[in-house]
Amino acid sequence: MTTTSTHETEITVDPDVPLVRITREFDAPPDKVFRAHTDPELVAQWLGPRRHEMRVDHYDCRTGGSYRYVHLSDGNEFGFYGCFHEVRASERIVQTFTFEGLPDGVALERLVFENLGNGRTRLTATSLVDTFEGRDAFVASGMEDGVREGYDRLDELLAG
Amino acid sequence: MAKTEAADPLSRVFSALSDPIRRDMVSRLAGADATVNELAEPYRVTVQAVSKHLKVLEGAGLVSRSRDAQRRPVHLEADVFDLMTKWIERYRRQAEDRYRRLDDLLESMSDDVEQTHPTSHPATGAQT
Repeated sequence: MTTTSTHETEITVDPDVPLVRITREFDAPPDKVFRAHTDPELVAQWLGPRRHEMRVDHYDCRTGGSYRYVHLSDGNEFGFYGCFHEVRASERIVQTFTFEGLPDGVALERLVFENLGNGRTRLTATSLVDTFEGRDAFVASGMEDGVREGYDRLDELLAG
Repeated sequence: MAKTEAADPLSRVFSALSDPIRRDMVSRLAGADATVNELAEPYRVTVQAVSKHLKVLEGAGLVSRSRDAQRRPVHLEADVFDLMTKWIERYRRQAEDRYRRLDDLLESMSDDVEQTHPTSHPATGAQT
């Protein structure tokens, strides 16, 4: 279950607090990884699902700013919005996150950009929600994002 | 203990697997059923301690004990384990997929700051 490659995404699901932590390293310095998170034109190129369009309504990534974007998938729109609580250049972004399909739910997300030297960065993204059910729904939600490429194979494998 | 009782099934599974010994027990049971004594063997803990760990795994539905009165071998409930692994693996793949796109983007980005830099002008108001 554990991954060994330094580049593979790692997921930690905390048993005591309803949070999910994602850790990933990049071959780019923190300011560059940070820029890919704050410039809406760049964000739209990677945050959305590969095969579907991501439309950014607004993405005002600065302390006190807000965002809203929509994933377009087979005629369906999935909207997401939130506020940027704190944006500290090349260091951290703290923001809220709500899926419009579940308007009562809100996650507090913290992104930390850690300088590993030699032009490398470790990104740690922590999502905290208010209930374990909410967290588990979050983890189980894979589908809506339309990232099915890899899943289909996994399904076939598991279905035997 | 009350907290574990109150948590939903998936949280019980996560909680049960938060302990390294229990994770190790699960991976060994994935190979074959084993008795409590067999499970206890490689660890420097008492059989009682292993029994406690087993109770947690049983409570999460991850393992069951057969009624065989003599040996009562422990059996891994693969369905529950698969479901949880599948969920987490899906979530992980989703994140990995996203970050591979970010890898590609980072490679294509110039090192110098020629791109627009919305956050470097904090005082310009909400025009963007």
